[in-house]
Amino acid sequence: MLTDGTDNVRFKTFSRRAAIIGGAQLVVFGSLASRMYYLQVLKSSEYQMLAEENRVNMRLLAPLRGEIIDRYGTVLASNRQNFRVLLVPEQTLSIDDTLTKLGRIIELSETQWKRILRDARRSPAFLPITVSENLSWQQFAQINVHEPDLPGVQPDVGETRHYPHGASLAHVVGYVAAVSENDLDDDDPLLKLPGFRIGKSGLERRLDRELRGSAGASHVEVNAYGRVIRELSKDPGTPGSKVALTLDMDIQQFATERLDGEAASAVVMDIHSGDVLACASTPAYDPNDFNVGLSHEKWQSLLDNPHHPLVNKTIAGQYPPGSTFKMVVAAAAIDSGLVEADLRIRCTGKTTLGNHDFHCWKRQGHGYVDMRRAIMHSCDTYFYEIAKRIGIDRIAAMANQFGLGDTLDFEVPGEKPGLVPTRGWKRATTGVSWQQGETLIAGIGQGYLLTTPLQLAVMTARLANGGKAVKPRLVRSVGEELRTSETPGPMNVSSEALAIARDGMNLVSNVPGGTAYGSRIREPGMSLAGKTGTAQVRRISRAERESGVLTNDEVEWRQRDHALFVAFAPVENPRYAISVVVEHGGSGSRMAAPIARDIMQLVLKRDPSGPLAHNSVSPDPTLSADLIRNVREGG
Amino acid sequence: MVDAFFNGGGGRDMQLKDKFFEFNWGFLLLIIAIASIGIAMLYSVADGNFDPWASRQTVRFAMGLGILFVVAFIDVRIWMNLAYPAFGLTLIMLIAVEFFGVSGMGAQRWINLGFLQFQPSELVKITLILALARYFHGLTLDQVSRIRFLVAPALMMAMPFYLTLRQPDLGTAVLIAVVGITLFFMAGLAWRFFILGGVAVVGAVPIAWGTLHDYQRQRVLTFLDPERDPLGSGYHILQSKIALGSGGLFGKGFMEGTQSHLNFLPEKHTDFIFTMLAEELGLVGGLTLMGLYFMVLMFGISVGLQTRNQFGRLLAIGITVNFFLYIFINIAMVMGLVPVVGVPLPLVSYGGTAMLTLMFGFGLLMSVYIHRNQEITRNPAAFW
Repeated sequence: MLTDGTDNVRFKTFSRRAAIIGGAQLVVFGSLASRMYYLQVLKSSEYQMLAEENRVNMRLLAPLRGEIIDRYGTVLASNRQNFRVLLVPEQTLSIDDTLTKLGRIIELSETQWKRILRDARRSPAFLPITVSENLSWQQFAQINVHEPDLPGVQPDVGETRHYPHGASLAHVVGYVAAVSENDLDDDDPLLKLPGFRIGKSGLERRLDRELRGSAGASHVEVNAYGRVIRELSKDPGTPGSKVALTLDMDIQQFATERLDGEAASAVVMDIHSGDVLACASTPAYDPNDFNVGLSHEKWQSLLDNPHHPLVNKTIAGQYPPGSTFKMVVAAAAIDSGLVEADLRIRCTGKTTLGNHDFHCWKRQGHGYVDMRRAIMHSCDTYFYEIAKRIGIDRIAAMANQFGLGDTLDFEVPGEKPGLVPTRGWKRATTGVSWQQGETLIAGIGQGYLLTTPLQLAVMTARLANGGKAVKPRLVRSVGEELRTSETPGPMNVSSEALAIARDGMNLVSNVPGGTAYGSRIREPGMSLAGKTGTAQVRRISRAERESGVLTNDEVEWRQRDHALFVAFAPVENPRYAISVVVEHGGSGSRMAAPIARDIMQLVLKRDPSGPLAHNSVSPDPTLSADLIRNVREGG
Repeated sequence: MVDAFFNGGGGRDMQLKDKFFEFNWGFLLLIIAIASIGIAMLYSVADGNFDPWASRQTVRFAMGLGILFVVAFIDVRIWMNLAYPAFGLTLIMLIAVEFFGVSGMGAQRWINLGFLQFQPSELVKITLILALARYFHGLTLDQVSRIRFLVAPALMMAMPFYLTLRQPDLGTAVLIAVVGITLFFMAGLAWRFFILGGVAVVGAVPIAWGTLHDYQRQRVLTFLDPERDPLGSGYHILQSKIALGSGGLFGKGFMEGTQSHLNFLPEKHTDFIFTMLAEELGLVGGLTLMGLYFMVLMFGISVGLQTRNQFGRLLAIGITVNFFLYIFINIAMVMGLVPVVGVPLPLVSYGGTAMLTLMFGFGLLMSVYIHRNQEITRNPAAFW
């Protein structure tokens, strides 16, 4: 017997336990199978989605940014081909080697070189890195020719924003630049695209959404390392809307050139529609520089320039209006009922209030003047007197009617409100009550008063259009959508008051002795009516006044008076208003008026309906013509 | 001559011709089917190429079949006699790994014999089964539950367990322990030992935790919560579940698995090959393979039940349970049920040593089957 009885006992136990083992295996296999069922059937769609997310990568495609054009279709901002050269590290034999060869064609600085090597280390070797951008066609062509000798080099054509008119539109159109941290609260995924540019200032910023368009997308299959295997589908996206401005680039360009060399600004607008034809501020900067990336030195020099090239002076420069404010005071006086236009006041060169002397700009005085002649000669004494009679609050109310003291919903961002003081305002801000002397100062557009050149143009437009509260507008259409200006509401001002103010301005420009007679338009059939302003920026001490006031040429630039001029044209049938402010320009009549005249002359020449053929509502041409005759005969 | 080689010196037993008739050819077909599935998957892994994996796996499987036949036709009594020397030899090799081992994947597992690289921890699972089967064969049922008879087998089990744990190879160590315990169980060790042991293990968990390597702890932790680190340690499990789950009922089609072919799935030719199969062939494909495996397991148990010697019974069950553990740990791992421990899917995963030891094991199983009617005394004389 090879086996004894013990083996039977062992076999019984073995059999029982083998059944247990087999059963356990069945249970385990059953649970594995049910787990599989759970994952592959019950949860399958969820995992299928995750698998797609793994596999399919959406690459955003930047849409073409909308063009900006002027009212006649001249391109103000467009997209230009950006010739650049990329490098795919994995296709090079050695990055250094390829860069050395490339360096013989295009200049590669040491910092560039370092950046390229750093980028190459940081990203997977199959992703292209930018070596250089904005190459000339010459360089680009050379690289293309040498491409076979440059392993890993990829010549590429991208799109970049281009401003053909450079600095002359910098403040209006603005610029685009790389997205910064602050912009990322915008949830548009486009902003995260490397190299994407967004509007940072001007209309580029205000209309960024419209100009930007919507992202296209390319769905690509990638592997676990992010390498693209193939493109699955592509949606090119919607290009940004084309924006048409009310601007006339010829006028804008001319105005910029005319202002060149000064810290100055000019605004030209249509008095009925509010269309802004020119909105120039000098000095400026080249917006193309911001797109490419401004060097620190260039940025610092812009910041340090005393003429503030970064400030859009047309909307953010706030100046005392000086004598250009006198029409507002005159209108307030007429409508107050306290003063007649025929009121004659004798100017002796100064007026006294308490123990303060208030001087007229003309030391020897103007003699007897009525309201029209007070505007014509810009007699300060007259306006001290009527301001004293009607009080600051009536003046302020009228100023507000003319669009001063508040922003005008202009499309260019950065508009400043200016300041029209009232009794209440002074008490609230300084805690001190209003002094009557301050009313007198306000009467000649000095003191607390602050206005922007845009406001001055609007003021003039409202004066010239017969009392319609017109607002400026710069954007004519966005894409297909026309942005019609709303019909301006009527101002609370009598046509008589407006007529007297306009008459006064006519005298200023068109009658010998008027402060801007020298700057009249001599061409037949064209004429403008204006008002000079010379805003004092320094206090003239009593001692200085006694020893003789220093002329503007004798004081440093910062101390000189601002030169202002506002005008409308044509006189008989006004259609356009202009304002010109030259910071520290010395004198409104000598500095600002000729500039305004030259610009307005061009505006009239370019008027599509002809300067005299326009048949819109006229304030009352006969009155003006008669008046000129009267004044000539009388004066 | 040939019979003498397979039967030792006795010459009175089965002829080689008889053994051929006794050989279970259905079982052979079963493992050929499973291995073919594996080779097909390796062909898919290489995007429709036999190189580098499928071709080499085919060669190894062919070699494995050769080993299987040779081992199967050798008399089970010869294997019984070789049990202790073989176990001793693999233990020595395991110790040698400590000193001459080649590191791979962060663990010291390989021994370089010049012509081939060798993983003794694979082999020790088989020789341990041999040794324990040999030992328990000599005990009566009463003796099995006596402490003084338990010291020797406990040491036999503890030595390879400790050595593989040191390498560190947690997966193999656990396999060794479970296979060993199974043999104690099948030998008839009284239930009370298992109850006491279970209580002891629960008590020892906190202590064991302290001895684990950092990467092992990480694996356990990310197993418990893979989302803890989806791009790091949990990445494998997560990607495996995504690939497997997205396969659905019928799969994405052979060679059409997106996750595996786009490399989201890690180690898809070795440890995660089941995921790839489930992605491409779906639940149906996965269950088919599991069904084939289950048939192998049932065959192994039935061999044990038909065998008339305790050594063969224990050997059959040991090899079956070892095979089962591979399958369970691998499939449970890729489905996120157990930690990622690096256990291949038997007959399917790419890997030399695992394939050859597996086929060696099946050879032993077949040897037991062929010689199932051989009765062996508890204390046999040397067979040759």
